[in-house]
This record gives sequence, structure tokens and C-alpha cells, in this order.
Amino acid sequence: MAVAKTGSVAAARKRPLDVPVVEFKDVTKVYDGGSVAVQSANMRIGRGEFVFLVGPTGCGKSTCMRLLMKELEPSRGEVSIAGRPLSEVPRSRVPYLRRNLGVVFQDYKLLPNRTVYDNVAYSLQVIGESRKEIRRKVPDILRLVGLSTKLHNYPTELSGGEQQRVSVARAFVNHPPLLLADEPTGNLDPETSIGIMQLIYRINRTGTTVIVATHDKEMVDKMRRRVIELREGRIVRDERSGFYTQDESTQEFAIRLRGELGVGDEGHPN
Amino acid sequence: MRWSFFLKEALRGLRRSSAPALAALLTVLLTAVVLGVFIPIVQATTGTANEVRSRVVVDVYIKDTATAQEKADLRSAIENTANVKSVEYISKAEALRLARGKNPKAFKDGTELLGSNPLPDSYRVTPVDPDKLGQIVQRLNAGGEPQLSAIDEVRDREEDTNKILSATGLVKGLTAGLAVLLVLASIALIANTIRLSVFARRREVEVMKLVGATNWFIRWPFVIEGMIVGFFGGLLAVLLLAILKTTFVDPLAERFALLAAPDTIDFPLLIVVLMLACIGVSALGSGITLRRFLRV
Repeated sequence: MAVAKTGSVAAARKRPLDVPVVEFKDVTKVYDGGSVAVQSANMRIGRGEFVFLVGPTGCGKSTCMRLLMKELEPSRGEVSIAGRPLSEVPRSRVPYLRRNLGVVFQDYKLLPNRTVYDNVAYSLQVIGESRKEIRRKVPDILRLVGLSTKLHNYPTELSGGEQQRVSVARAFVNHPPLLLADEPTGNLDPETSIGIMQLIYRINRTGTTVIVATHDKEMVDKMRRRVIELREGRIVRDERSGFYTQDESTQEFAIRLRGELGVGDEGHPN
Repeated sequence: MRWSFFLKEALRGLRRSSAPALAALLTVLLTAVVLGVFIPIVQATTGTANEVRSRVVVDVYIKDTATAQEKADLRSAIENTANVKSVEYISKAEALRLARGKNPKAFKDGTELLGSNPLPDSYRVTPVDPDKLGQIVQRLNAGGEPQLSAIDEVRDREEDTNKILSATGLVKGLTAGLAVLLVLASIALIANTIRLSVFARRREVEVMKLVGATNWFIRWPFVIEGMIVGFFGGLLAVLLLAILKTTFVDPLAERFALLAAPDTIDFPLLIVVLMLACIGVSALGSGITLRRFLRV
């Protein structure tokens, strides 16, 4: 319910589409060792889009993600978020940039010595949210990802899928306008993967722009979203799927995905 | 909210990595104890060395024929010489008494045999700077010739003086060198232990950076943790030193002048210095070692 509400609010506030959320202008990244990770990449990703970044391992997907987080600087060209070039963001402002990005990783990157609740609460504590707000928001988001019964468990006591849900909850708890997921389903079985993709799709439907890097071609084909394919650092394909159904509900999405991937419709409720 | 959060995070960190924290605490404790013992020792040694140096004097022997007026002139002449700190008059009788104290056999029996006191009146001159004693001798006794008629002889006991000066100089240099080495070793040891405990949590720091924590937001809990470790390490060290002082040093101090040397540091001041050093070094150590992991 809460999600549907946020969705309409975001839709009402839609900014003009000519300011892309993410823009790569002729971006090249050469690592110190001399290996070229990304070469002359150009792309524009609009507000509210769901984009897959695909390609084999080592094609530069993760480098693109790390460029967006300003963990790396491009060797040439410019990366902009919401029209603002990242090269203009000073080092001391990088943490504030990251607060507007939700990030999800293949290895979850949870804090091992904190409970599920504390892991999610940490990203709110970092931005100086009051205790009252934290007590309100954290259980909310954990209910959304379907972990309301595991609040006080430690990450090691959870399954891979559950850990990834915590990681998604942490990424989304302060409702960032952009969500980056680097191989979010890389360690998970197909059924659990659908659950996670469904969750990310649900987040996308609230108006959040989502970029998912993956090498799971089958999943990408079935999802029918925009796909940007990288090969040896170059963008070789950027296509919007023809069968793009813009307003598919989360439920429909999951049913279709299960059907097409040949997985039963049992499993996680979320 | 913020500070209570940092404090809570620091306490959580201590609970979580209690083994490295304990190691850091022990390191702080040991170095503080060593420093606490060493600081008074250094001070006592240099104090003693300085005291020995102050014994470097020039004796100006006065002719038996000199009049009271000549003696007074001589005194003011010596007092007006550069580098002279004080001038003390030692009469024949006084000189004999002192000599008897040092060598009763020769001076008691000997003078009884002689039937008179063979020692002259003299002025004992103490220099401001013992290293420049030569200047005084030079002025009063240029080229081996006494410069004033009342002077019989000027003696600076050259051999004794040189021995005292070189020995005390060596002692001072050695203790200063040792003190510097000890402080450096302490800092290196503490920094290394802290580095270990921070290194064990570098993954945690990485995740904190990813969710947008500022560097100081990450750093404060570590710094507070360092301060807590430093505080308890210092406190235990001070307690240990207090026990050592009351059981060993105080009873001995009554018997040995060295330990009661007046210019060693007061115990309360020593406590304050040690506590501040412990807390400061630990907090700084945590903050600085973290810098490496904050560059993401």
C-alpha cells in the first residue's frame, strides 16, 4: 500500500524528461595497470527507467557502477547524475552523493555484527535521521521486503535471498532516486532471483530509476526492459524491448516471469 | 543524538573486538608503566649530573701576608670577573676543619706534629657555566702569573674538573637518547596494535562508506574507542606505578638521596602527563590508521 502511494507522488512530481538521471558522455576508464575497462561509452538513462547492463565478466559493467558511485574517476569523458557532472562533486561531498544512490551488491555487503534491523537503521543514522523516524521507517521497509519476522537475526543466520533482501531494504530505506544493483542475483537460485527482481521492479514502480548489472541473459530476455550490452568495454547494443509493457503490475510481472523461466508460482510472497 | 550514537558505536566496537582492544590496552599499559618509571629516573640522573657539575670550583689561595684591605679588593675583583656565580671565603681554621673531615689521619696527627696550621686562607669560586671554567682561571692567573698581589696561587683542579664534565655529559646524552628511543618505540607499538584492530574491521568501514557515511562519522567511534582504551590503559598503569611507589620507592627514598632528588617530577603531575599521553596517543593512533581505509 505504502509503495503505491509513493509511486503516485513520484509520478506527480515528474521532471522534464530531457534531464537524464544518468548520462555517460564519451567515457573511457583505463586502470593504472593499463587495462581498458570502458571505452568511449555514451548512454542516457531517463527518470524512472529500468535498465539492464549486460555482458560477460570483465566487460566493464562493474566499472560503470563504480564510476556512478564516484568510487573511480573516468580517465576521459564525463559521468553526470541528474545533470550534474560527477567531476564537479568535491571529495568531501561524495558521501552526500552516495546517500542519493541505493546500491546492492552480489555479496550483499552487510555488516556482519549487526542485526537485520541495525543494518538497515545504519544508513538512516548516517544521514542523521532521528530515532523516532528510524523506528518508524525500518520496520516499514523490512515489511516491504518480507523480513518483518527476522528483525533481530544476524546476517549469518539468514539465507542468501534473505540477506539480499536486507541489502535491498538498506539501499531503498531513504528512498533514493537512483538504485544501482551489481549482479544482485549472482549468488542466488532462479526462484530466489525472481523474488529479488520482483522486489527491485516494485521499487522501480515507485518512480526510482534502476540500473541492474547482470550476466544472467535468460532473466534479462524475459524481463523485457531496456538492455545495454557491453563487450570489452564498448557499448554494442542499447535497445528498448519491443514488448515493453509499461504498466505491468508487480504481480503480473512475477507471474509472467515465473511462467517464462519455468519456475512454479510458489515461493516467497514478495 | 549524534554523540550518544558515537559512544554507543564505540562501546559496540569494543565489545565486538575485545581481543584486539585488550591487546591495545595492554600495550598502552606497559608503555605507560615503562615511561612512568623512566621519566623520574631520567630526571634524577640529570639532576644528579647537574649537582655534580656544580661542584666544579676554582680555589684562589691568598698570601699569608695579605692585609684585610687586599683581601676585600681581591674578593670584589673576583666577583666582577665574568662567569662567576659566587665567591666563598674559607679561612685557615675553616680549611683545616674541612680537611680533617676528609682525611682525619693526615690532618689531625700531621698538624699536631707541625704545631701550626699550614693551610692558607682562600676564596672558593663557583662558576655559572662549569664548561667555561677556564675563562676565570685565565683572568685571575694569566700565563701562570697571579694578576693580583694578594693571590698566592690559583688552582682549578683541572683533572677532576675534566673527569666530572665528561662523565656527566655522557650520562646526560645517554639518558636523553634513551628517552627519545623509548617514546618512539611506545608510539610505534601503540600505532601498530591499533592498526591491527582497525584492519580487522576494514570491511565494515567499506560498507559504511558505501551507504554515504562521512569520514568523520566513521572516524569518531574509532577515536572514542581509542580514548576509552587509552584511558583504561593509563589508569591501570598509574595504579601500578602508585603501588610500586608506595611499596618500593618511598621506603628507599628515606635512605638514598638520589631517589629523593628535589627536582624530579611530582607524582600527581606524572599521573596527569601519563593519562593525557595515553588517551591522546590512542585516539590519534585510531584516527590516523583509519585514514588508509577511508580512501575508497
